[in-house]
Amino acid sequence: MKILGIDTSNQVMSVALVEDSTLLVEKTVNIKRNHSVQLMPAVEALFKEAGWQPNDLDRIAVAKGPGSYTGVRIGVTIAKTLAFSLKVELVGVSSLHVLAGNGEQIPNSYIVPLFDARRNNLYTGLYRYDENGCVPVEKDTHISADIWTDYLKSLNAPIQFIGSDVQKYADLLKTKLGSKFIILPMSRHYPRASVLADIARTKEPEAVHLFEPDYLKLAEAEQNWMEAHPDQSQGGGWIEKL
Amino acid sequence: MKKKRILAIETSCDETSAAVIEDGKVILSNIVASQIKSHQRFGGVVPEIASRHHVEQITLIIEEAMTEAGIEYTELDAVAVTEGPGLVGALLIGVNAAKAIAFAHSLPLIAVNHIKGHIFANQLSDDMTFPLLSLVVSGGHTELIYMSSPDSFEIIGETRDDAAGEAYDKIGRVIGVPYPGGKHIDEMAHRGNDTYHFPRAMMTEDNYDFSFSGLKSSFINTVHNARQKGEELNTIDLAASFQAAVTDVLVDKTIRAAREKQVQQLVLAGGVAANKGLRQALTEAVTNEMPDVELLIPPLNLCGDNAAMIGAAAFVQLENEEFADYTLNGKPGLSV
Repeated sequence: MKILGIDTSNQVMSVALVEDSTLLVEKTVNIKRNHSVQLMPAVEALFKEAGWQPNDLDRIAVAKGPGSYTGVRIGVTIAKTLAFSLKVELVGVSSLHVLAGNGEQIPNSYIVPLFDARRNNLYTGLYRYDENGCVPVEKDTHISADIWTDYLKSLNAPIQFIGSDVQKYADLLKTKLGSKFIILPMSRHYPRASVLADIARTKEPEAVHLFEPDYLKLAEAEQNWMEAHPDQSQGGGWIEKL
Repeated sequence: MKKKRILAIETSCDETSAAVIEDGKVILSNIVASQIKSHQRFGGVVPEIASRHHVEQITLIIEEAMTEAGIEYTELDAVAVTEGPGLVGALLIGVNAAKAIAFAHSLPLIAVNHIKGHIFANQLSDDMTFPLLSLVVSGGHTELIYMSSPDSFEIIGETRDDAAGEAYDKIGRVIGVPYPGGKHIDEMAHRGNDTYHFPRAMMTEDNYDFSFSGLKSSFINTVHNARQKGEELNTIDLAASFQAAVTDVLVDKTIRAAREKQVQQLVLAGGVAANKGLRQALTEAVTNEMPDVELLIPPLNLCGDNAAMIGAAAFVQLENEEFADYTLNGKPGLSV
């Protein structure tokens, strides 16, 4: 199975071509650049390098969020449009799961990937290794850093924290979790499209047209509108064909 | 000669649209999905929500355009997309979808200016002949553009503050008509009379620029003063007076510019080209004052944002082999 993996959900852009469980080529850039400018040229360059044609693909794997709204949409739009127009499978993977996949198989430990969501909030989740690999224990969430840390403390187990934003919360985490706080080497904190492709390899494909990012958060205007109109449905019926 | 077909994509604001256009003239399909109902909840377009809707809709709309046109990707000669101006997050969805299709099917990529697209909507219903003068009026633009040839665009006049369509939406909010106000004001205006005599800004000045913020303020002040004094206002006449002020200035300056530039055609373009008052006033003025000039007005379904017009504009670039590469980005402030 030939898989293209794409993650542009935060500052890092990672793109990889993976065949079955073998990585052929991967590009990971952690320089603040515009994903819209660099993603498609990177995909094209990787195909050249591997000697693949677009219609050689069997599956496209994409990080579907949470993360930067615009970044996630660029990856999802390219992945979704490629999958639709090449008629190949599309698999979305949580951007947090991609990071968690960088964790180590330390017995009885949990893995907590996180992105800063500003105002002392996090996008985060709880993962661990079992016989199927790195799997979620809790649903990904958007949550206050303090509430999340208290919850993690109650688990009373070693926790590997992953993500380039971990440093920002390191003091809080160390204070609350003491020796249960584990931080991995530098290279583990960046999402890798090869890890994403590997997670996506065994997942069920998505319905391409219906596929959309998992923002984990409503747009502010929509949140306010829903609070003012609790009786009205959130989704559907907003788009009209002219 | 072999027919050339372009798949065009437009996502610059709150419409997700895809079209297949043959030789820059024939519409094989033109699918437009409007988000207006969603944004009506907020009284205007919310950029983040527009982007979210585009990513939900994009492949469905492209598929529908391809299916309705009844063609395969191998029968396409290029993929075209609006690169700007518009909302950056919204533009990015179309731009990246277009890049993905270009890459997947080894097609040339064409980046189209949205304003040029509006002008070329006229090419789908008539034959544009040059030199021409185009009056582009929409929610974001009010411009007079002189074209000596299909690929030459010179802005000879533009608004110094609000776009005409923007002024419509703002005063619509003041008298409480649903967003977007333009359509409602236009309908009301036809039932009323110009009794309030709002100012015609810059009408006598020796340039082709426009200004609508003074008119907007004058309108708002009239409404506020009357409300404070508890006076009844005739909203039908208010609408008619506002519309008369807008169309007087637009028509007057456009006719003057067309005369000075000695153009063969006068071409109306943009969302406000759907305004009945403006269509009528411009038609009358051209008939009476410059019968030798041909006036082109796009059909109503091609006035609002749509991908067909992008495909029409892109055809000129296809003929000129003016292609974009995969670094193409959304350009929110792009000028012609």
